[in-house]
Amino acid sequence: MSAVREAFARAAGERRAALVAYLTFGDPDPATSIEVVHAAVLAGADVVELGVPFSDPSADGPSIQRAMERALEAGATLAGALDAVAELRRRGVGVPIVLFGYYNPIFVMGAEAFAARARAAGVDAVLTVDLPIDELGELAAPLAAASIGVIPLVAPTSTPERIARVGAFAPPFVYYISLTGVTGARAGAPVDPARVDAIRAASGAPVAVGFGIRTPADAARVAAVADGVVVGSALVERVAAGAPADAPDRVAALVRDLAGALARPA
Amino acid sequence: MSRGTLDAIASLPEPVRGRFGEFGGQYVAETLMPAIAELELAWRAARGDAAFWAEVDALLADYVGRPSRLYRARRLSASVGADVWLKREDLNHTGAHKINNCIGQAVLARRMGKRRLIAETGAGQHGVATATVAALFGLPCEIYMGAEDVVRQALNVERMRLLGATVHAVESGTRTLKDAMNEALRDWVTNVGDTFYLIGSVAGPHPYPWMVRDLQSVIGREARAQILEGAGRLPDACVACVGGGSNAGGLFAPFIADAGVQLVGVEAAGEGVATGRHAATLGAGRVGVLHGSKSYVLTRPDGQIAHAHSISAGLDYPGVGPEHAAWKEQGRVRYVARTDDEALAALERLARTEGILCALETAHAIAALDEVAAAVGPTGIIIVGLSGRGDKDMVTVAQRRQT
Repeated sequence: MSAVREAFARAAGERRAALVAYLTFGDPDPATSIEVVHAAVLAGADVVELGVPFSDPSADGPSIQRAMERALEAGATLAGALDAVAELRRRGVGVPIVLFGYYNPIFVMGAEAFAARARAAGVDAVLTVDLPIDELGELAAPLAAASIGVIPLVAPTSTPERIARVGAFAPPFVYYISLTGVTGARAGAPVDPARVDAIRAASGAPVAVGFGIRTPADAARVAAVADGVVVGSALVERVAAGAPADAPDRVAALVRDLAGALARPA
Repeated sequence: MSRGTLDAIASLPEPVRGRFGEFGGQYVAETLMPAIAELELAWRAARGDAAFWAEVDALLADYVGRPSRLYRARRLSASVGADVWLKREDLNHTGAHKINNCIGQAVLARRMGKRRLIAETGAGQHGVATATVAALFGLPCEIYMGAEDVVRQALNVERMRLLGATVHAVESGTRTLKDAMNEALRDWVTNVGDTFYLIGSVAGPHPYPWMVRDLQSVIGREARAQILEGAGRLPDACVACVGGGSNAGGLFAPFIADAGVQLVGVEAAGEGVATGRHAATLGAGRVGVLHGSKSYVLTRPDGQIAHAHSISAGLDYPGVGPEHAAWKEQGRVRYVARTDDEALAALERLARTEGILCALETAHAIAALDEVAAAVGPTGIIIVGLSGRGDKDMVTVAQRRQT
């Protein structure tokens, strides 16, 4: 079983949803962002999504856009993100790490070269927001050869026909975007349990739900129906909410609150 | 006429599985994929429907004022040493070729039952054209424009507002066209149910590059018939400026099968390609993925999109349409680049020889004429895509002439 699946299974065994914490690599600078991620893991994140900054984040809202701009200003790159994963592994961080970003930096590095470097660094899976399942094959194949998974996205607009195709990638988990919009959007309608069940059944994979989840109360509502809860913009806003030196503490406090809210009703 | 349009469109090259060669595709967020699939189906149906083209052709004739003239520029011809004909898209309603595409997409949006138009704009010409068709069709319209472009194209911002559009100044990234497109994509992903994204160039995910090129092919279809009528033969060369590449794509596509016609695309060399401050995507970029398609992109070694630079806001874009990338790889179109200074000099040259003030974008094509004339010789016929008029650029030009 992949490390990602093990993390979801462990959470399920504890009668709770897994907490997937998104943080942007390089924000506010590469060294601090490694401290922030490490603190989030110690505070209870089950899976880390490490955002790779991109100059044109067209699927992200203002909070993550600003984080990426700060990161790029501080010199963050895809190669730097891979180094950061290796550093986290050296520190003994064992939770699964998903690299989360846009395709062009990977394409420019070369998918094969990227796969080899990601494997060496200790990356478990990759999520590229601008590679829908129709285009995902060109990255999934070299990643699979390096034993790295891909995380497909499913949206409220995805048709049953599209959802049925997700399983072909044997994903470690499926990321269900719970509302139409960009990251950091306000919470929308409640997540439909039948929809989550349908995605789980079609893909044969755990389903993590993200977008619009900002507070422990939001997380608790989603944890009642999903296998995992993704929180991104709210954590990223904590990074920027004060002195950089205190960013790890600010993020850890929210992660602890979120992690404490994920128990499933018996 | 519309039967003729239908047949002419059917004879143009089509993408295969959403791609021109290896270029194109649909590199967008999952949320948009069903909308893009819906658009592709609607476009295929419209493209093969004489009633669609009848409606488009009628608006192009009665509202836009087509066909645009193919004007034999005798004094410019004498100056460059070839027989130069200007395809006068600057005489269209709203002053540029952009309206051709907007009319077609607005008719399509209405067929699809979409109730809101959004668009990105660089120089503002596409924003003005979109705001115009939105007013004509009675649809609400929001335009995304980089904050830097809002300043340097203030006249067009005022035109859009007068036409009833809401103009959003985009403050992220480089505050130019690429960031405006990012913001338009964010709007679309948020409002995908009722919104039609009216992309202004042959860029973006499939089917946009194909659809916009077909809609702009009216330029080349007319020019081809007009030169056969006026000169009795096909031209030796066609020349057009290339930012995203819609005016060049529209002029070139109907000539692609005419092997004897040289096709020359002119990119913006900005302050010089060697300085790094340019927008010569095909000339100095590499293959990458931006705004939904795989094509040539100005990208840094670490995969971040590089800043483009051009005095012309409409060419100031680090990507280019995927069909141009395919034409470059096939060797069917030759792409060259001209600097800001060369474009300014060409703008003056056209003004002084023909009494025509063209847009700074267009001036890049004029600036390549000496080189093309040398290739075709004094009796060679050259068609230039005169893509837009220059009123919007007068402040920029005046400032540059004073320094």
